[in-house]
Amino acid sequence: MTVSVAVPGIRPRARRASLHRTRRWALFASYFFLILFAIFFLLPPYYMVVTALKSDAEMARMVTNPWIIADGVTFDQFKILFSQTDFLIFFKNTAIVTVCVVVITMVISVLAAFSLGRMRFWGSSILATGIFLTYLVPDTLLFIPMFQIVKAIGLLNSYWGMVLVYPTLTVPFCTWIMIGYFQSIPKELDEAALIDGAGHLQMLLKIFIPVALPGIIAATIFAFTVSWAAFVYPMAFLYSSDQQVLTVGTVTSLIRADVYKWGMLMAGALVAAAPPLVIYAFLMDYYIAGLTAGATKG
Amino acid sequence: MAELALRQVVKRFDDVEAVRSIDLAIPDNEFVVLVGPSGCGKSTTLRMIAGLEEVTSGDICIDGEVVNDLPPKDRDIAMVFQNYALYPHMTAFENMSFGLKLRKFSKAEIRRRVEHAARILDITELLDRRPKALSGGQRQRVAMGRAIVRNPKVFLFDEPLSNLDAKLRVQMRTEIKRVHQKVKTTTVYVTHDQVEAMTLADRIVVMNSGRIEQIGTPQELYHHPRTRFVAGFIGSPSMNFIPCRLETNGGLGLNVRVSSSLVLPVPAAHATRYRSSVGKDLLLGLRPEHITEPRDSTNAESNRFSVTVDVVEPLGVETMVFFTVNGSEICSRVEPSSVEPAGANMMLQADMEHMHLIDPGNGAII
Repeated sequence: MTVSVAVPGIRPRARRASLHRTRRWALFASYFFLILFAIFFLLPPYYMVVTALKSDAEMARMVTNPWIIADGVTFDQFKILFSQTDFLIFFKNTAIVTVCVVVITMVISVLAAFSLGRMRFWGSSILATGIFLTYLVPDTLLFIPMFQIVKAIGLLNSYWGMVLVYPTLTVPFCTWIMIGYFQSIPKELDEAALIDGAGHLQMLLKIFIPVALPGIIAATIFAFTVSWAAFVYPMAFLYSSDQQVLTVGTVTSLIRADVYKWGMLMAGALVAAAPPLVIYAFLMDYYIAGLTAGATKG
Repeated sequence: MAELALRQVVKRFDDVEAVRSIDLAIPDNEFVVLVGPSGCGKSTTLRMIAGLEEVTSGDICIDGEVVNDLPPKDRDIAMVFQNYALYPHMTAFENMSFGLKLRKFSKAEIRRRVEHAARILDITELLDRRPKALSGGQRQRVAMGRAIVRNPKVFLFDEPLSNLDAKLRVQMRTEIKRVHQKVKTTTVYVTHDQVEAMTLADRIVVMNSGRIEQIGTPQELYHHPRTRFVAGFIGSPSMNFIPCRLETNGGLGLNVRVSSSLVLPVPAAHATRYRSSVGKDLLLGLRPEHITEPRDSTNAESNRFSVTVDVVEPLGVETMVFFTVNGSEICSRVEPSSVEPAGANMMLQADMEHMHLIDPGNGAII
């Protein structure tokens, strides 16, 4: 049964029409700004793709429209990049560093978050806040003391040094995300597990990690992105190309003085951007669920 | 065989004493309900039995063994929580079998036990579903199944029906009673709902401010409460407490004077017990079901009085009639056909055989 309430001075049909008009304008405004932002953010990748598929000759001519491929598509930039530069070494190094950093980060932050978020002990909340505060110290400030440490343990100019220093960027934030996620899980769940006979490690492995999977995936993606895209530390700590990673290696090997190899730079950037893109595309739903977990649960 | 005993158990949270030296002995297979208002210490007591809270002092014994320092898993208890606490990533079968797997039971034995429990609870069809795909009642059944499969010494229920709607709650109440009749196990059940306590319990433990007010069967607590708190807590609607004065009637008998115009005779059977309180200001305790429309009984005339009806609440099979005497609002339970409308005068009768007199100073029933 529908109950209509008459508003003095406004006939129901007129009010419905007005609501419809307001909604249409809201939709129109939403689409307008969404399309505007989409164009704004897609222009750089588009320029990257177009440039990567052009020949050096076309780029050098400077007479054709830079936004289109006038002389036909060519994969020469990719071929040269893979065969005549150290790009594949950079890629391999980055992959090794990233996988190691993600594994180290997740092991440390899941264990830390579980103990800080679920096992109340003296100083746990201060410790949790302290861990997050370390994330606020920028790497541009940290790299000088870090340089001393990495040098002292003999890992200067080795990508294994990166495996050691990147977790200083990833562990605090990942722990913080995971603390929020673990805290949002009802305490009765671990009490039920305790009564069922689970120890703390079994509880973590069999209950908390599966239940907190969206949070763990969000943290993993964060660690992956930070590690894959880190620039300051490799710039400061790595100087030979066999140890270099993608971000710094691509730039240093393809920009020689004032000579920019634009085609290969763009091709390299495209290939380097592919793994994060693929991971984001597959895990985006988990990522959003993980980041917003604390926002909706009491 | 599993007997549960609490000996002078105290629980203190910093400066707050949540449980104050309680003693309780529960024989094998008994269904005991801890009931009381929020913050009375009933859940804390249950959690101490489960091992989820440490005991500040005193002993908790299961089968004669002090379990104070044993972790929950070694106490051989199973618990059903208010919010079910099912593992969301596991199916009903996996939820029920989780405890058995951790205890290294064989696959065949796990399947046998889970299927047996599922048959008892009528959830065989739901074993492949995850909690998300189950209704509230079904989730509660799975939670009970998880407890049953363990075949524990003691079942603990922490307000298991509070999250269900009224109709389902009544249904599940019967279900719990039926399961207890089939699976004879010592059970401690916590609730704040006295109807749940009355319908389920072999014995009820009424708690208030961390203390046990009274322990008894539902009938004992209903008919022979020892304190005003128990008298008011057990029974729905709760007992009326009417300020009064106890007087002699000139002879050997006693009267209760409620107001200048309303004097009710104390039955001869109670007179001896109350004689020492003559002249004192007391509280007359009468349940709504003992204030009715006039019915045939001995001494009926002297127990009748006229009131002005304030509010009428029809419930179908009976009607609650509210009126005021001497500033106290009183509820009576009346046959629907005898009810007068609000504002009209109505004749009522008090069944003084069921009267209680309460000392307002200490709340004890005389």
